[in-house]
Amino acid sequence: MTLTTKDEQEILVDVKNIKKYFPIKGGVLKRTIGHLKAVDDVSFTIRKGETLGIVGESGSGKSTLGRVILRLLEPTDGQVIFNDVDISYLSQRKIRPQREDMQIIFQDPFASLNSKMSVGQLVEEPLIVQGKMSKEERKKRVIEIIEKVGLRADDRQKYPHEFSGGQRQRISIARALVIHPKFVICDEPVSALDVSIQAQVLNLMKDLQDDLGLTYLFIAHDLSVVKHISDRVAVMYLGRFVEIAPKQALYTNALHPYTQALLSSIPVIDLNEESNHKQRKIALTGDLPSPANPPSGCTFRTRCPQAHDRCAIERPELIELETDHFVACHLYSEE
Amino acid sequence: MQTSQNNTIQIESIDQPDRKHRSPLQLSVHRFLKNKLALVGIIVLFVIILGAIFAPYLTDHDPRKSNLMLVEQGPSSDNILGTDASGRDNFARLLYGARVSLTVGFSAMLFTLSIGLVLGALAGYYGGKIDNFIMRLTDLVLALPFLVLALTIIALLGKVTIGIFVTVIAITSWPTLTRIVRGSFLSLREQEFVLGARAIGASDFRIIFRHFIPNAIGPIIVNATLMMATMIIIESALSFIGFGIPQPTPTWGNMISEAQSIRILRYHPEAWIPPGVGILVTVLAINFIGDGLRDAFDPKSDRR
Repeated sequence: MTLTTKDEQEILVDVKNIKKYFPIKGGVLKRTIGHLKAVDDVSFTIRKGETLGIVGESGSGKSTLGRVILRLLEPTDGQVIFNDVDISYLSQRKIRPQREDMQIIFQDPFASLNSKMSVGQLVEEPLIVQGKMSKEERKKRVIEIIEKVGLRADDRQKYPHEFSGGQRQRISIARALVIHPKFVICDEPVSALDVSIQAQVLNLMKDLQDDLGLTYLFIAHDLSVVKHISDRVAVMYLGRFVEIAPKQALYTNALHPYTQALLSSIPVIDLNEESNHKQRKIALTGDLPSPANPPSGCTFRTRCPQAHDRCAIERPELIELETDHFVACHLYSEE
Repeated sequence: MQTSQNNTIQIESIDQPDRKHRSPLQLSVHRFLKNKLALVGIIVLFVIILGAIFAPYLTDHDPRKSNLMLVEQGPSSDNILGTDASGRDNFARLLYGARVSLTVGFSAMLFTLSIGLVLGALAGYYGGKIDNFIMRLTDLVLALPFLVLALTIIALLGKVTIGIFVTVIAITSWPTLTRIVRGSFLSLREQEFVLGARAIGASDFRIIFRHFIPNAIGPIIVNATLMMATMIIIESALSFIGFGIPQPTPTWGNMISEAQSIRILRYHPEAWIPPGVGILVTVLAINFIGDGLRDAFDPKSDRR
């Protein structure tokens, strides 16, 4: 889906300098001896109707970011402006009406559904909580959405244990979409599924987006899944964005060495051995450093094949190199 | 044998498209009803409860009325189990004693359960300072020697009624259940579906009652049941050493305390064996039920 008209460019989610630090307690007295910077100064906007993909290794802070945006976790600093309302410091009670417009789909379809509730109860619950509909209206809406995600109306009497992972994820999707939200955070919704099911669920999510005019924040740990569904893609490393660009630009012209390494790690079946396009694999060495004790300067420098002296001293800021294409790397900035 | 039967049942049920969908609770009840030992426990306990309820119809004697002309009588057509040292009919005391023992066990369990549920839920759900405070309180109560504490309270109060007795048992035994509730709430707190409930804007009240309790109820019920058996034993033990419900109210415990006299122990076994067997059978039945519930709620622990 490409967005061209100015109308649709309206900003739905505006995240400003969001930070989430978890205190590290230690010693006998359980004093705070440091901070784990799960999300460290991230800013971005999501326009109405678009899908922003966020990619990062486990531990990069992408799930934390999603949860902070929805205020399932309290931000340490920064602002989230959703639908022109600053929700970052509203009390949980005041935020409740906003929850109608923002939803989340979790990674593990086995853990994210209460196994003691039937599918009907699960899907109906958001409507009950919002308390704006009569019983009849709720029933109609539940059947409508259940059929929309590809389950049968009869399935309402069933319990989660009677379904496979892919079907359970459909239930999660139905539960998230039943109140017709504007914005949905998809927290690795297909990572726990078989590859054959992944495509089905992704296609379903894409169809629903077109149908219901949804805006997605799509979190994943590999670039190939995100490619399918996103309009723009952000790459996250140790709690910060290292590159954010429209999909085309990112996949064809990745600027940050980390993005390049991630892209080269996508397996490609190349039958033509003489192919000129044959890419050299950029293998990253070492593990993700601990976010409790990140390297100085550019946090990626410990694993970066192109690191130089400056990287250890100065932290690179995100700069717009081309239209909408931001990168945080000293290779592209002047002294 | 058992497993092959199970398999055929499952295959049949898949073939039937219109079969009724069972909730996890219904599945647990189904598993429970297949457990023969637990069923026996239910039946035995039911018979004992019936005996206790219909005691006035099963005997004409008043269990509290002493008849000093008929002391320590052997079994006769009028007094089937003879009479005790004050001339009260042993059979009537056995039936009415079941009332007291079961009432004490059940209400002490309910009382303990309500304290445990409330405190455990608060500690496990809110965590932090509340949790710390409640947990230190449980540590404190657990550190007190139960018998000494119970004896002291009872000795200070002088006269013991069933209400006081139940309260004493409850305030000394709530920590175990509180910890169990807290533990399961703590582990539930980290579950994604709870985060999901928050994401749809559910209130704390709704999250606790619709999401936490249904998922934590299994171990709570199992432990409460097994606790009831313990409480019946506590009642008997305290009554036996003379710190329980005082005479003339009959309990199984104070009937057995008659056996402290060598003469009765030796020559009148009909006076103390029936209440002893009553306690044994009741506690066994409850424990079978508790084990059955454990297997029913947690299929992974199935040992058959």
